Amino acid sequence: MSGGHSTYSPTTGLGRWFDTRLPIPRLVHDSFISYPVPRNLNYAYTFGGILALMLGVQLITGIVLAMHYSASTQLAFDSVEKIMRDVNSGWLLRYLHANGASMFFVAVYIHLFRGLYYGSYKAPREIIWVLGCIIYLLMMATAFMGYVLPWGQMSFWGATVITGFFTAIPVVGEWVQTLLLGGFAVDNPTLNRFFSLHYLLPFMIAGVVVLHIWAFHITGQTNPTGIEVKHKTDTVPFTPYATIKDGFAMIVFVALFAYFVFYIPNFMGHADNYIPADPLKTPAHIVPEWYFLPFYAILRAITFSIGPIDSKLGGVLAMFGAVLILFVVPWLDTSKVRSAVYRPWYKLFFWLFLVNAVFLGWLGSRPAEGIYIALMQAATAFYFGFFIIIMPLLGLIETPRRLPNSITEAVLEKKKKGSASAQTAAAATETQG
Amino acid sequence: MNSFIKGLAAFGIALGVATSAQAAEYPLVKPVEQDWTFAGPFGTYDKGQLQRGLKVYREGCAACHGLTRVAFRTLADLGYSEAQVRSLAAEYEVNDGPNADGEMFDRAALPSDYFPSPFANPEAAAAANNGAAPPDLSLIAKARAVERGFPTFVFDIFTQYAESGPDYVYSLLTGYQDAPEGYNQQPGTHYNPHFLSGTSLSMPNPLSDGQISYDDGSPETVDQYAHDVAAFLMWAAEPHLEARKHMGFNVMVFLMLFGALVYLTKRKVWANVDH
Repeated sequence: MSGGHSTYSPTTGLGRWFDTRLPIPRLVHDSFISYPVPRNLNYAYTFGGILALMLGVQLITGIVLAMHYSASTQLAFDSVEKIMRDVNSGWLLRYLHANGASMFFVAVYIHLFRGLYYGSYKAPREIIWVLGCIIYLLMMATAFMGYVLPWGQMSFWGATVITGFFTAIPVVGEWVQTLLLGGFAVDNPTLNRFFSLHYLLPFMIAGVVVLHIWAFHITGQTNPTGIEVKHKTDTVPFTPYATIKDGFAMIVFVALFAYFVFYIPNFMGHADNYIPADPLKTPAHIVPEWYFLPFYAILRAITFSIGPIDSKLGGVLAMFGAVLILFVVPWLDTSKVRSAVYRPWYKLFFWLFLVNAVFLGWLGSRPAEGIYIALMQAATAFYFGFFIIIMPLLGLIETPRRLPNSITEAVLEKKKKGSASAQTAAAATETQG
Repeated sequence: MNSFIKGLAAFGIALGVATSAQAAEYPLVKPVEQDWTFAGPFGTYDKGQLQRGLKVYREGCAACHGLTRVAFRTLADLGYSEAQVRSLAAEYEVNDGPNADGEMFDRAALPSDYFPSPFANPEAAAAANNGAAPPDLSLIAKARAVERGFPTFVFDIFTQYAESGPDYVYSLLTGYQDAPEGYNQQPGTHYNPHFLSGTSLSMPNPLSDGQISYDDGSPETVDQYAHDVAAFLMWAAEPHLEARKHMGFNVMVFLMLFGALVYLTKRKVWANVDH
């Protein structure tokens, strides 16, 4: 896409002077003004921009919060309460940051499922997808460590449970856990290193985001038809078309974000985290944040040993495997057709997969007992079955629907259909008119 | 298709069994939802109620429960004048120091001080209370929430239900009753089906009718005391609630207007491009 010739021509003397030395204005112009985007992108494609916005919100609120926060087991909880009560607009900053994390995950899940639906990961966009998976992994680490910082009951016990996973690794497990904790139990050294890493990782995310964006400026964006851009008529310039549409989507998303922040700021948190951490008192149910619940269900679904792998290690492997399997999705999908729009069977299984993922999330909030275990196992089996069996198999046996020849043709077809139904609607309302 | 629907029905039944097959979950009785002035998008605290709640806290709870994150100065939010706050603070003694001689000393509290804890340290609190230290109440209205369950928790988003804490406090304070026949009561505990983590708790019923006198003519009943102190504790836990909701309204109005303008602009920009 941007491999094409740049259309930037500086009009001022200063612009020309800059352009011959450090062509940043040219880069911005080519990336965000003249960059051609498919004309048929729907609102599912606006979440990349929304995610960039959310990363910015988290960075800014986080940096200011860090000015008032103390990473010490003696002071952490008090300093957060100080922020809530005495720091000017401190309550706003903290609620923005805490709910911002949740909204960040809402957006990333929509973005990820959009990619799965439209086959955005298929050649030549494998690297974009893998970079996205790395961002997701970094986000999970950042969010987990951020949740520990307020040093409430769930912070402490969540950290204890999650770092405990690493002891399942044979031979080096104990050593890895001790390294993560900075000791033999979650304590002051843990809090200090988590704070340090929680501050570092978002900047690593920002770095990978740059690569992610760079990569899709090389290949160009996909679109709902999954057909590559062929003619100039298939695209529109980024500005004003995509900027205004992304802008509108951002405002709607921010309105949802604001609704949570201002009216139900503790809805997505856990009440126990308003109790200071107490290493001697275990909460009745230790549950992670909602965005980890599907993986928590997968972890606890493995209640049996497989050969030399005991159930603990098996659960940990399944949980990490559930994330890592995303990395190889581009090579698991054997279909020649990219978009689910033209793949009736894949479309069905995609929606089943989505429902199953939400179901796993609900199971993650249940205790691992009785019928829940069987349900967790069934849902986990479908989760992996979708990637390992359904994806490779469907590409070989499914008969896709007829593809349009180009994006433009698809758009015009849709318009013809739309105007036909509009005419019928007009005729129907004529009598009332 | 028929088998698909059958499968779906089977799945639904399995789910129903799953949710009902849970072991005895606490609390036995869910909190009773109350009307609160601070609920909803335009909710505000009732200052009269907060003042009464403060009185209930001081006369009914403070002997055992601290409020150590609340500074006297913030009581101005309850409608007290600066002089009133100063004299209220002066009724408390705090430990300060060391002075120039290196001695710790007691002095009357200032508005900048915080409610002192009734016990010297958590160990003393536990020792005086059968081994269980009474929790500090500064955050109790946010630190206790009974699980709402599916699908109620989804509806809560739309109804903006965020009062599970005060509902719980109210229900607990009014929920003391005689244990049912044959109930094996642990000595030193008190039966209360609203208690979050069991059937009985160490705290005895702290309130009785007429125990605390009100000078504004409000009924001097346990029900009224429980309401007032729950509202007061919500304020103690979330003192900036009013500012938050007020700002929220402005933000939402702005976003709607701005969103409408950007949407119209978007329509105009895309008007002659089929997409």
